[in-house]
Amino acid sequence: MNEEQIKQVILEILARIAPDEDLSDLKDEVPFRDQLDLDSMDFLDIVMELRKLFRIQIPEEDYEHLASMESTVKYLAPLLKNVESPA
Amino acid sequence: MHTARDEGDRIVITGIGLTAPNGNNLEEFRSNLLEGRSGVVSFETRYLGHPVPAGVCRFDPLRYQKRKEVRRGTRSGSIAIYCANEAVRDAELNWPQIPKNRVGVYIGITEHGNVETENEIYELSKFDYDISFWSHHHNPRTVANNPAGEVTLSLQITGPHLTVGAACAAGNAGLIQGVQMLRLGEVDWALAGGVSESIHTFGIFASFKSQGALALHEDPTKASRPFDADRNGIVVAEGGGICVLERLPDARRRGAKIYGEIVGYAMNSDATDFVLPDWRRQAECMRLALERAGIGPEDVDIVSSHATATEQGDIEESLALKDLFGDNGRVAINNTKSFIGHAMGAAGVLELLGNLPAFQDSVAHATINLDRLDPRCGLTQLVANRPRRLDDVTYILNNSFGMLGINSVLIVKKFAE
Repeated sequence: MNEEQIKQVILEILARIAPDEDLSDLKDEVPFRDQLDLDSMDFLDIVMELRKLFRIQIPEEDYEHLASMESTVKYLAPLLKNVESPA
Repeated sequence: MHTARDEGDRIVITGIGLTAPNGNNLEEFRSNLLEGRSGVVSFETRYLGHPVPAGVCRFDPLRYQKRKEVRRGTRSGSIAIYCANEAVRDAELNWPQIPKNRVGVYIGITEHGNVETENEIYELSKFDYDISFWSHHHNPRTVANNPAGEVTLSLQITGPHLTVGAACAAGNAGLIQGVQMLRLGEVDWALAGGVSESIHTFGIFASFKSQGALALHEDPTKASRPFDADRNGIVVAEGGGICVLERLPDARRRGAKIYGEIVGYAMNSDATDFVLPDWRRQAECMRLALERAGIGPEDVDIVSSHATATEQGDIEESLALKDLFGDNGRVAINNTKSFIGHAMGAAGVLELLGNLPAFQDSVAHATINLDRLDPRCGLTQLVANRPRRLDDVTYILNNSFGMLGINSVLIVKKFAE
């Protein structure tokens, strides 16, 4: 998966776990929490969704990398480089 | 304190919120009960291998919840939130001004957590039962206080909340808990009643099927047949009913409309069997409630029966009712489950609420699907298939019984100064 494909996957996950939010103006460099109504349970949902989709285990100490779209994509890119896009 | 010693102990119903398989508010529910419209439909559930008749509610959860809240919470939480918000609105309480630490939430449940656990295990099976795929939402969804707790989150209530686990006597038990807490002065408003999400657990259907107590009929609207000779078991339903309860002086002070006064209640236990009921204890429970209400069986106008359309359950309740009411032809006995199925934790409260408008219209709604009365039930006072107009309705007695021999009876009186 390339970075754009990873971003699409993250957007789809966010649409599922935050279905009331408008994601069309999401800024990649701004933390999700500053733009969306997300709490710690929602971040665990992101981790779980990634686990279910790609069977990757993200250790707790790495959760900080999931703060924004930019940092999430950057963190996931090497982990998912040999994985095909679910789409 | 089970009887009112002074005006401050008199507890009245001032708001009603409900969702039943045949109505999402009292007016709609009552209208369908009077017109004989069933809410039972054909329903697909996991593993059974065939559709089953079930009572399915069609309220809009998004009326009081965000999509995310629906996703995160439980079906019983959504039902409770809908009913509680509707009840508060119906009571015309000035909610922003209500001190939320003086509101208590008391919700009866037959069971909770089966739905969420089954769903989680079903999801886990897709991942070869690797528990790292088990959801972090499991615990907050399955704690026993879940539906009541979701109501406090929705309405920002900071007073006490709890669920009352009382099998299928839970709807009455939730109301009784509310009455008691108001009389003790623990709260000034009680949101009390019961909820059921049970149609979403295959285990309930499968267990009744194994027990030989699951209703099957080619026409789902005819599947729930309490007291009928051709009954073949229970139709499981979801639903909820929550009332705003207040002390009479408080309700008077704010000029609240009053649906009725809870003048008597009782709970007891059979102590005889896990499943089979005992008419003697049921009769004792009714007598105790009547005694506390200060009335006799001859004063009761409508008996809202519990009968679930099981072989033994209907016969036992009939024996209890005959023991109390004998050949008294004045009392009207009806059964709401014939319309909606068995709404489990919500059954007691929904069956009471569907009858409450009789205080105004003096009509006892019918028991539908009662084509051939089982002679072993043989209650001559049953209101069969068509509503019955009564001279006047002053007292309604509401039966609600459950497994492990739990019995509850509530008596509501038409409000009079």
